[in-house]
Amino acid sequence: MANKLLLEIVTPYRLVMSEEVDEVVAPGHEGEFGVLPGHTPFLTILKLGKMSYRKGNEKWFLVLNWGYAEVGPDKVVILAEGCERAEEIDIERALAAKKRAEERLAQAERKAEEIDIERARASLMRALLRIEVAQKKKLT
Amino acid sequence: MPTLRDIKRRITSIKSTQQITKAMKMVAASKLRRAQERIFEARPYANKMFAVLSSLAMRAKGEEHSLLAKRGGLKTEVLVITSDRGLCGALNANILKKASEFIKEKKKDNYEVSINVIGRKGRDFFRRRNIPLRKTRVGLSGKVIYSNAQEIAMEIVKNYTAEDPTHPKDPVGDSTHRADREELSDEVHLVYNEFKSAMQQRVVIEKLLPIEPQKVEKEEEVYYGEFLYEPSAPEVLDTLLPKHIEVQIFRALLESEASEQGARMTAMDNATRNAKDMIEKLTLQYNKARQASITKELMEVVGGAEALK
Repeated sequence: MANKLLLEIVTPYRLVMSEEVDEVVAPGHEGEFGVLPGHTPFLTILKLGKMSYRKGNEKWFLVLNWGYAEVGPDKVVILAEGCERAEEIDIERALAAKKRAEERLAQAERKAEEIDIERARASLMRALLRIEVAQKKKLT
Repeated sequence: MPTLRDIKRRITSIKSTQQITKAMKMVAASKLRRAQERIFEARPYANKMFAVLSSLAMRAKGEEHSLLAKRGGLKTEVLVITSDRGLCGALNANILKKASEFIKEKKKDNYEVSINVIGRKGRDFFRRRNIPLRKTRVGLSGKVIYSNAQEIAMEIVKNYTAEDPTHPKDPVGDSTHRADREELSDEVHLVYNEFKSAMQQRVVIEKLLPIEPQKVEKEEEVYYGEFLYEPSAPEVLDTLLPKHIEVQIFRALLESEASEQGARMTAMDNATRNAKDMIEKLTLQYNKARQASITKELMEVVGGAEALK
């Protein structure tokens, strides 16, 4: 039995990573799930959320923006619409985006426009997530 | 016999043309580099997506999905991707020739063909021939982004499935319901230039819909038996299949973008070289003419001196 997982993350714009890892945690449709080597094969829709992987004692974080994960006994393939590693996140930009989203949300709520509220909420969530993940960086 | 001044003028004119083609070649080269990077980065996603989809479709054999089912109808849609701008060699001519042939063949097989064009060159081509187009889109090349592909894909899928939210599925039978709507298609083909290298582009015709999953080559890549889905297999398919169309279109757009730049670079390189050859030839002619006129003048001087004796 394999004791490593091959984690591959691809987005339409680039291959984010393809590495051997020990454990993967990702935001599945029905909640966060963890994968260790030898997992039962499954396929899931991924939500917006933070994901992480462990390599030895090191833990890395990423922001994931929708996608699919195909899990096999010795590999995890993630097809994401967007994905950023914690160390790639531009905190300043995320903070600015958060501010913008909050303003827009307040504005939209005043006018009570459904679509705008949804959109503003989604971008606020993305911004908050980025900030959270960026602050986590690497845990050992 | 052109005079010296005529030749001189032509040389200058060709020189300035050469400068333009040289600049265009340079611009195309740098754009090509960027386009090439993007296509290389997008390919893994498209391939992985197809692999996931194929293995899923193989396992879920019983499950029928409207994007997978072969309807066997006689309406086909062709999506042709061309460039917006010319000066790129035979790129657009090739693709339009192939597309026309394909359409003719389909018509021979009694298909009703509707055409969907991306790119100004393709649009103008069909317009000149008074061929009706179902849909056109211009102004995409040079700035291919995912959301564009998403829009195109959504429109195509909507036209294909015809599941108008305001019109729930016809309980009597889908066929009658479909017949009401003119613009429907039973299959969709994609025609675009695949980027091989800067020198080579290949016209490919791919079937976009219904999706035909490929047999997975390596058996060990398919996990049979227990396989879990979250939330459920049909729901995963529901989102994965339209996504696949988006990705295919996105990839095709990137491929044709890279092909366009590659073709333009080659074409402009040739043009620059031709201009160089022409300048050389004309310079030779110019020198000959100059020499001839000097000889003529000399003869006249000598002749005049002779006459004075």
